[in-house]
Amino acid sequence: MKTVFATVGTTSFDELIESALKARGYERLVLQVGRGSVFPAAASCPHITLEAFRFKDSIAEDIKQADLVISHAGAGSCLEALGAGKPLLVVVNDKLMDNHQLELAKQLHMDSHLLYCTCRYARDQTLINY
Amino acid sequence: MMLLLGAALTALPLCLVFIIRLYIVLKTGPNHKPGAKGPVAVLVVAGSGGHTTEILRLLEYMSAAYTPRHYVIADTDRMSEEKICTFEKFKQQSDSKSQFTICRIPRSREVHQSWSSSVVSTLNALWYSLPLVFRIRPDMVLCNGPGTCIPLCVAGLLLGILGMKKVLIVYVESICRVQTLSLTGKILYPLSDYFFVQWSSLRDKYPKSIFLGRIV
Repeated sequence: MKTVFATVGTTSFDELIESALKARGYERLVLQVGRGSVFPAAASCPHITLEAFRFKDSIAEDIKQADLVISHAGAGSCLEALGAGKPLLVVVNDKLMDNHQLELAKQLHMDSHLLYCTCRYARDQTLINY
Repeated sequence: MMLLLGAALTALPLCLVFIIRLYIVLKTGPNHKPGAKGPVAVLVVAGSGGHTTEILRLLEYMSAAYTPRHYVIADTDRMSEEKICTFEKFKQQSDSKSQFTICRIPRSREVHQSWSSSVVSTLNALWYSLPLVFRIRPDMVLCNGPGTCIPLCVAGLLLGILGMKKVLIVYVESICRVQTLSLTGKILYPLSDYFFVQWSSLRDKYPKSIFLGRIV
């Protein structure tokens, strides 16, 4: 089953969770929602199998099973997904100090390791063609 | 009036001595090689989330000479203790003599916390950091960016200023930081003995920094 794994590390990132729900062509969506207030119910996505959890000791297995990883642009999450050789789309959480996630996302994109976007763009555009 | 004058006359030379001692402590960094005497006791600041992940990735490649490892985590951090225990179990397999401890101090700053209240919470964390560092007396403090490391580094510097022990301050800026330093990095840049950056653009902007590429 074509699977998307979306992760927010130990933060909360409600906008990513909401826009990741619009991914297309994927039959299974696994969401790691961290401390966020948005926790989608399994029934909220009628055309795909949805699983959601807050935290796990290790997301290595979830990353391994994914065909696409959508992540906040945290360093640990990026390194883990790229280390596993998975296609990676990062959504920058611009509510963190100095908007520091943007720097790493831009650099890794320049080095052709991933695609990145902001929350608003993810909601409207990116996932249509990815 | 006389009391004020007396206080000023006492405080001024004390401040002067403090500044001179700080200057001496910062200058002796590169010549101080604790590893020449045997194992190097490290105080590791695990700042939660990505900071903990990065510091454990770093420690994975550090030799068995860095022992014991004293991890310090914030009291509100739920995840780091598990990650550290898992990591140390793995370390035990290749080095049965490895030792570690985990201590907690109040967090200097929570994510999204305002600056004004962060000063107060950092001072509170310093109150707890001083007895901890004075008790452990590490050879080195290893940290990578969270606000939690500031009071611990200050306590380490104080050990040196008071002539009790030279504690090396080793700072590794997060790989997240490509073009700009974090606030913690900016504060610790003049105070650290070894300051690592992981992108060449930062090495160009901060000449005292050491660039070895990605080290996490």
